[in-house]
Amino acid sequence: MDFDIVALSRLQFALTALYHFLFVPLTIGLSIILAIMETVYVMTGRTIWRDMVKFWGVLFGINFAMGVATGIVMEFQFGMNWSYYSHYVGDIFGAPLAIEGLMAFFLEATFVGLFFFGWDKLSKRAHLVVTWLVALGSNLSALWILIANGWMQNPVGAALNPQTMRMEVTDFGAVLTNPVAQAKFVHTVSAGYTVAAIFVLGISAWYLLKGRHVALAKRSMTVAAAFGLAASLSVAVLGDESGYQSSEHQKMKLAAIEAMWETEPAPAAFTAFGFPDQQARETHYALHIPMVMGLIGTRSLNTEIPGIAQLVRKGEDTIRDGVVAYDALQTIRAVAPGSPVPAAAKAVFEEKGQALGYALLLKRYVDDPRQATPAQIHQAALDTVPPVAPLFWSFRVMVGLGIFFIALTATFFVLSVRRTLDRHRWLLKVAVLAIPLPWVAVEAGWIVAELGRQPWVIEGVLPTAMAVSHLGVATLLATIAGFAAIYTVLLVIEMKLMLKAIRQGPEEFTVAAVPAAPKGRTHAAPSVNQPQSA
Amino acid sequence: MILHELLSYETLRLVWWVLLGVLLIGFAVTDGFDLGTGILLPFAGKTDLERRVIINSIGPVWEGNQVWLILGGGAIFAAWPQLYAVSFSGFYLAMFVILTGLILRPVAFKFRSKREDPRWRARWDWVLFFSGVVPALIFGVAVGNVLLGVPFRFTYDMHILYEGTFFGLLNPFALLCGLVSVAMLVMHGAAWLQLKTDGDVADRARRYGSVAAVATVVLYAAAGVALWQAVDGYRITSAIVTEGPSNPLFKTAQAATGAWFANFENHPWTWAAPALGLAAPLLALALMRARRGGLALLASGAAIAGIILGVGAAMFPFILPSSLDPRASLTVWDSSSSHLTLFIMLVVSSVFIPLIVAYTSWVYKVLWGKVDGEAIADHRGHAY
Repeated sequence: MDFDIVALSRLQFALTALYHFLFVPLTIGLSIILAIMETVYVMTGRTIWRDMVKFWGVLFGINFAMGVATGIVMEFQFGMNWSYYSHYVGDIFGAPLAIEGLMAFFLEATFVGLFFFGWDKLSKRAHLVVTWLVALGSNLSALWILIANGWMQNPVGAALNPQTMRMEVTDFGAVLTNPVAQAKFVHTVSAGYTVAAIFVLGISAWYLLKGRHVALAKRSMTVAAAFGLAASLSVAVLGDESGYQSSEHQKMKLAAIEAMWETEPAPAAFTAFGFPDQQARETHYALHIPMVMGLIGTRSLNTEIPGIAQLVRKGEDTIRDGVVAYDALQTIRAVAPGSPVPAAAKAVFEEKGQALGYALLLKRYVDDPRQATPAQIHQAALDTVPPVAPLFWSFRVMVGLGIFFIALTATFFVLSVRRTLDRHRWLLKVAVLAIPLPWVAVEAGWIVAELGRQPWVIEGVLPTAMAVSHLGVATLLATIAGFAAIYTVLLVIEMKLMLKAIRQGPEEFTVAAVPAAPKGRTHAAPSVNQPQSA
Repeated sequence: MILHELLSYETLRLVWWVLLGVLLIGFAVTDGFDLGTGILLPFAGKTDLERRVIINSIGPVWEGNQVWLILGGGAIFAAWPQLYAVSFSGFYLAMFVILTGLILRPVAFKFRSKREDPRWRARWDWVLFFSGVVPALIFGVAVGNVLLGVPFRFTYDMHILYEGTFFGLLNPFALLCGLVSVAMLVMHGAAWLQLKTDGDVADRARRYGSVAAVATVVLYAAAGVALWQAVDGYRITSAIVTEGPSNPLFKTAQAATGAWFANFENHPWTWAAPALGLAAPLLALALMRARRGGLALLASGAAIAGIILGVGAAMFPFILPSSLDPRASLTVWDSSSSHLTLFIMLVVSSVFIPLIVAYTSWVYKVLWGKVDGEAIADHRGHAY
């Protein structure tokens, strides 16, 4: 397989996925915040809460359109750029994606129209139900996507069918209850809630600094701080669970994140800081915190976490097993359809079939893995180490920011309980400056999860390099350039519209959305400038 | 799990072939009037207010409609993984162009009315036009190429090798199919506009819709004649195994003159599908002239269903024939998911598709009625 095509296909996927993931977390989180605000409106009848829903709803709508548009690309791209992947695991991986459409996305997309257009056509309660259905849809959407993604990290409940030369599902229940998927789901939606909370918090802080829309901003802040505190704590707890799951299922990912070159005596130290050097296999200027890694990774004092060198040695053994399985598979496949399969080959494949994916790592160096030299086997084992430094740093950026979000939302939570939200201007400025940070954290999180899975597209089953479509380099360059151009233009327009809506603020939205046309009458639109009693 | 053995693999494959048709028709009928409306936007709406009326007529529903496409992608992936893999990678650049249109469309809806500048709005109007006409054309071109056979083959390990080019897709027969697709969606969009608007916009929609209905009939008949006279079909030459593993290479097949008409000859009742495709546009035409927008929309929807069903009936059991290596052609019997996956997906669909139909109908009911131009001018109750 041409390495350029693999690299370009990966680049395009990373580009479009990271871009899609700019919008998704905000949709997930903001939909819940809107639903909470509208619930308060319906329960108390105070119209300021409806104005809040409408105002944040405008920002939600701009963001939602981008999420939908970029999501279509994701849904199609597996087939376009990863055709062998689609063939090889479509029997399992396709199902959660289709169920996501049926159960979640349809719900979300159908009711989001009614959310915007239904204010005058629905009763208060009916509209509230619609808003909650949008929130439910976007969160269920995340569930199914992460069941699909969790299976890529920990491919349970499936086996290779030699006749179709693909993975087929054997236990769908195991795919659904995959512990990796569950930990990832809660971690990721909580991250989305945090993104939305910091977004609402930061914009409200800006209004308070400017002295505009004070009543609306303070209420929004109270919701955002409480919601954000709960969410950012949940992100940390479930992030820890994800780490624990990695130590069970993706030992190499964990070792790479920690730049743990050699196995250490339990409980291992946590490297808080340092410069990992993949060539020399050491971390320069490392700052170690004793015992912490062992406790997080294994939740015990005496379980060892294997280091990279040990995992590579083990990988070499697995590759040799994989070659045996590959040989048995070729024997089985050579049998004409309908004829009996030789029992010996079948027995070997049943015993070693789990290692088949490791033999496929050799395809990068030799067409028939059975012909591989010991040097090639060693090289393929080294390939099982993902790029350490980017993982090490992405992880630390993500965790550092996560701790900061807990501190920030906790601070504003205390301020809101004490009703002193606007007393400390510097804190408000911090909140405004913090607006972009959750995006940095979630993108770093994506890198940790997906770069940490390399060289596998399906952990231990299918190497990324084998999974791509056989496209031309020029074709790939053209679409990468096309996506980059369209996405850049749209991002600029999106940001401008967001900023414009934020600068205009809620009054413009509820009272005078028609700027130029002379108006014969004024509407009875509720104004946020009215004194509030709440 | 033994539960899935309740339904035979053969039955499940047939059911999923039907569901593939349901999804395609669902997409073409619902998202189709959005695309058609987008194409008509610069012509049926002359003033900014008229254009906003048109956009708001699809404003609340296009998002839900577009999900049919996403669901179609997901369902093909889940039930027909090889179809998903071969067609999406083979038609790579065409898919990219469609994606470009489908990315720009949601954005155009949301962004157009956010600024007053007439040039800004005119630019987005043309974006909506092109992002309607281009996917409509390419979907039709794709169907045309599927009927002709697509140049792909499998390696021994089932890697897919596609040996065609993007411009190879743009052959005369496929372009004719593309025009059928554009004409039928314009007709459908025009019927929608008559239902949802009144005054000048509805009048113009009626005029364009009438032309489109006639064009649909003429072009569809022409495509049928071309298919009969100039296009070879495909047939399976080995024994037909309906319960075997999903590996297309286990059979043999070849191109054969007239093979796409074999089903119609053997089962004359299947002529009902293309007959519907020819008669329903004429009915839509009559209803549009009689100013019955709602019924015209139903008739144009029936026309779309007939046209798509006609293709399915001609090709069965082929789904995607290979012109390069007919043995590699994907058929209903050898390109599906496993027995268990088809069963699980059927259970899930049986629960959720009725639910989707129920709540979608409810949303349409809530939004029933003409788009109120005055309300749009005053920014009441409409978002765009």
